[in-house]
Amino acid sequence: MNLSADEVKKIAYLARLGINDNDIDAYASELSNMLDLMTQMSDTNTDAIQPMAHPMDQTQRFRADIASEKNQRQNFQSIAPQIENGLYLVPKVLD
Amino acid sequence: MHNKTITDLAKGLRSQEFSSVELTQAYLKRIKKHTDLNCYITFTEEQALKSAQQADKQLSSGKTSLLTGIPIAQKDIFCTQDVKTTCGSKMLDTFIAPYNATVIEKFNLAGAVMLGKLNMDEFAMGSSNETSFYGAVKNPWQTDSVPGGSSGGSAVAVSARLAVAVTGTDTGGSIRQPASLCGITGLKPTYGRVSRYGMIAFASSLDQGGPMARSAEDAAILLQTMAGFDEKDSTSVDKDVPDYSTGLNNSIEGLKIGLPKEFFNEGLNNDIANTIETAVSEYKKLGAEVKEVSLPNMKLAIPAYYVIASAECSANLSRFDGVRFGYRCDNPADLNDLYIRSRGEAFGSEVKRRILMGTYALSAGYYDAYYIKAQKIRRLIADDFKQALSEVDILMGPVSPTTAFGIGEKTNDPIEMYLADIYTIAVNLAGLPAMSIPAGFVENKPVGLHVIGNYFTEDKLLNIAHKYQQVTNWHLQTPKGFE
Repeated sequence: MNLSADEVKKIAYLARLGINDNDIDAYASELSNMLDLMTQMSDTNTDAIQPMAHPMDQTQRFRADIASEKNQRQNFQSIAPQIENGLYLVPKVLD
Repeated sequence: MHNKTITDLAKGLRSQEFSSVELTQAYLKRIKKHTDLNCYITFTEEQALKSAQQADKQLSSGKTSLLTGIPIAQKDIFCTQDVKTTCGSKMLDTFIAPYNATVIEKFNLAGAVMLGKLNMDEFAMGSSNETSFYGAVKNPWQTDSVPGGSSGGSAVAVSARLAVAVTGTDTGGSIRQPASLCGITGLKPTYGRVSRYGMIAFASSLDQGGPMARSAEDAAILLQTMAGFDEKDSTSVDKDVPDYSTGLNNSIEGLKIGLPKEFFNEGLNNDIANTIETAVSEYKKLGAEVKEVSLPNMKLAIPAYYVIASAECSANLSRFDGVRFGYRCDNPADLNDLYIRSRGEAFGSEVKRRILMGTYALSAGYYDAYYIKAQKIRRLIADDFKQALSEVDILMGPVSPTTAFGIGEKTNDPIEMYLADIYTIAVNLAGLPAMSIPAGFVENKPVGLHVIGNYFTEDKLLNIAHKYQQVTNWHLQTPKGFE
């Protein structure tokens, strides 16, 4: 299976991941090789097999919907790249 | 002092042969002498000495654990409050964790002294420790070779005696493969045995933390502290933790060992195959019975693993957005530019490759063909192990098809690098516990014996490893220059 440069660009955008133009062909070829490896799976019939998400088939555990954490806003914001008045700063989204 | 077991060190501390401060200083001195190995990302000298002083006070007051005052080190994937936690990435180069991982809390409660944070492949993605933002780690057995990965810094710290014991994490072999390549004892517990809370996530359905130490006896002490249910980890399994040390000396007479024929295929180095056979014959002398078993879907483990691990990594790593923590690019033009450039500038190429792969596998139209298909294959692989482990008690084989390879030797071919984990990843897909035990040398490089057990039989694995370490001395070998 061959991924084109355009497909790599599209996937990178979906992942919001900057990649250098110079690297796109290398990624296309490496990802194509990985996909070739993965297509080996298609030779095995798995129609009657249930997908396995947890090794012990344990389902997601729930807890009661009550606050269990104390407010650590200041603590968490102290490691943010840019904050102002207790808010995370990002570039303007709406004009 | 640096060649003693945890039990001996604990005795020495209690008989006041030496203090925890003296022991910690001795290790700090060794670490500073051997910085060229690059196994530590961060030293926490000041903090270590403070904890050692506190440990000495505790030791004189009597309220202690076996780990009180013992200098250990942590893989830099575990969040440590007020200490830089990088996960081997530029993305977290300035990240000071605001809380402790459960594993770290448990070691703190036990009174262990943390010497520092250990180098690793970026976000644990790699089999050679070469993808770290902080540079490659050198294997002390041959310094132009890799230590394996992703817990490469961890394995080297133990092997070169730069920590008494350490933690690692294993998503596809990241404890066992470096343990094998560096000649130490490493244990990947059953999925859900050790809390993942505060352990930076790579592939959440596969990641599992575990101990890396010189011997099974030391590993048992570490696992005792690490294991247990944690309500903060939604996949943690609520099951009693047995005593991992009391059964170490149990007889293994009549133990049924299965050798999966797929582990001894054409890709395995001949000398490694011979080393494994010799180790197995040692078990026969101890009264074990050996038979061949089969894991027919083994060949599908690598493709299934790279779909599942990449898909989960692409989802987990979406949290790194340049907004709340971690790296942020300069002067973003708009919100998309902020995301794209922050992630593009701070992730290394292996991490990018896997995010791209995972995003593709999860994208519309491909989800069933890749992710669901891989999860179905995963069940087939787990069923193979179930079948094999119904015929025998444990499985044995090689950990890695080769010994430590040269630094730079495989960096240009990602798929060749992935094959370094060919014997380990199936175990993660099944969620089983497994160990690497030092079993000999090929051309002066260590070889690990892979021992795979049934779910929650870590005590049995440690017993099997300990019995072997009573009649062999591979685990006591020290690389030249680090004696």
